[in-house]
Amino acid sequence: MNIEKIESEIIEEFEMFDDWMQKYEYLIEVGKSLTLIDPQFKTEKNTIKGCQSLVWLHSELKDGFVIYTADSDAIITKGMVALMIRVLSNHTPDEIISSKLDFVEKIGLTKHLSPTRSNGLVSMIKQMKLDAIAYKAKV
Amino acid sequence: MTTLKTILTPNIDIETIRADFPILSRKVNGKSLVYFDNGATAQKPKLVIDSITNYYTNQNSNIHRGVHTLSQESSVAYENARATVQKHLNAKHAHEIIFTKGTTDSINLVATSFGKKYITKGDEILISSMEHHSNILPWQQVCEEKGAVLKVIPINDAGELIISEYKRLLNERTKIVAITHISNTLGTINPIEEVIALAHVKNIPVLIDGAQAVPHTAVDVQLLSADFYVFSGHKLFGPTGVGVLYGKEKWLNEMPPYQVGGGTIKTVTFKKTEYADLPLKFEAGTPHIDGVIGLAVAIDYVNKIGFKNIEAYEHELLIYATEALQKIEGLKIIGTAKNKASVISFVVEGLHPFDIGTILDQLAIAVRTGHHCTQPLMNLYNIPGTVRASFAFYNTKEEIDMLTSGLQRAIKMLK
Repeated sequence: MNIEKIESEIIEEFEMFDDWMQKYEYLIEVGKSLTLIDPQFKTEKNTIKGCQSLVWLHSELKDGFVIYTADSDAIITKGMVALMIRVLSNHTPDEIISSKLDFVEKIGLTKHLSPTRSNGLVSMIKQMKLDAIAYKAKV
Repeated sequence: MTTLKTILTPNIDIETIRADFPILSRKVNGKSLVYFDNGATAQKPKLVIDSITNYYTNQNSNIHRGVHTLSQESSVAYENARATVQKHLNAKHAHEIIFTKGTTDSINLVATSFGKKYITKGDEILISSMEHHSNILPWQQVCEEKGAVLKVIPINDAGELIISEYKRLLNERTKIVAITHISNTLGTINPIEEVIALAHVKNIPVLIDGAQAVPHTAVDVQLLSADFYVFSGHKLFGPTGVGVLYGKEKWLNEMPPYQVGGGTIKTVTFKKTEYADLPLKFEAGTPHIDGVIGLAVAIDYVNKIGFKNIEAYEHELLIYATEALQKIEGLKIIGTAKNKASVISFVVEGLHPFDIGTILDQLAIAVRTGHHCTQPLMNLYNIPGTVRASFAFYNTKEEIDMLTSGLQRAIKMLK
């Protein structure tokens, strides 16, 4: 499935929710189900520091596809991280670089991407794309 | 503030007060706003907002320069504001009041200028473990430049200064003590009278960071004998971008200018400049005129309510909230000093402060989460951050009830 398709899938899922509570409960569930990053990759180098919560991001290239794993110390951030991974992981560097990620706005969670939130998510997306650019140069 | 438990029943007309603050009637996420982030910045009464509109509508003009009517009116309003601050702090002279951008700017001014004049290699600067980054970094910078040493007064588990350690740290190498009046994270009210008196025995000057204190208590700089007392306007219900540095005349006269430029001079030639007397020597460039005027309006407003009433009322809120929050399972209050202002920091076992803050925001409850610019203090308690609810005199017990029920809801969702 391409990136845009996954994004519309997520948008559809969120459309089922009537209120913010359901939305956040879902996000918390998604966060809890995120496959944990291998502890050996929870290094200082892989840490993305937000003012509020920490995110760890690791990526590797397998058969031309970028595989991301990540974790966060805050569960709501972790939910957002899990959504990002679901959208971007397992795609080619080119696909990742050109992704627009406008699903965040469509599911009404844009405020998690505003700079004032500083939860490390904006930096994480930037890092995911930078990793993809680096892999592209190698391929 | 130390006699809080014995003081009167507050005379606070909460409905009238709340009506003075337009923002308190706005909705967030469809719900009535509960504003508990007063430690970060306080809301503004309509009088303050109107004073800014009035300034730009009727008076706007640069000060201390023109002969024309508008300039004279602005200059008078600006200097009247200085007199208001002087009276509020009970400073001996109006020229001991310097307008700055805020607390951070005031501390940077003192650290740089005092440091330039008096700090040399091997000297010591004494701060405490509960300082805001703004009262750490400027001193750290001076120490790096001059080869001086930053010494830190430890605190106990409750979040109180250990005075015996403080006494031990004061020595002939100590050149200045810089300490907060009230901790922004823990709410601790420090015994600054004692802190100052002990330093003065050894002729060491003391700077008090009053950012968190001025919204909660009246300050008398002569009674305290503080050498420097600094605060921000925006935490005192005034505009952002304006602050105050009070300094004893003796120090301010001896210290060199911090920033130089327009307004700070008597005469300038390319060879030499003769600087102006206080306070203009420290007010380079066109100041935040409307901010200064608005700050004076805010000061008059709080004095009309009266700090005796404010202290008594806020103490009731603090006790009420402390008791309510302690009943929540897994919740731990960080900062349990005997003498506390209406600031409560807490953590909930197994939950990240950011998650709690996010859910509370959905319920229109504004709290602060994170390290509160006191990372060394967070390291001391070994936590990534806290949730902080800080109350002002316009807050109510009903709002505290909303916080506790909101917290219970958040905990249920997040666990």
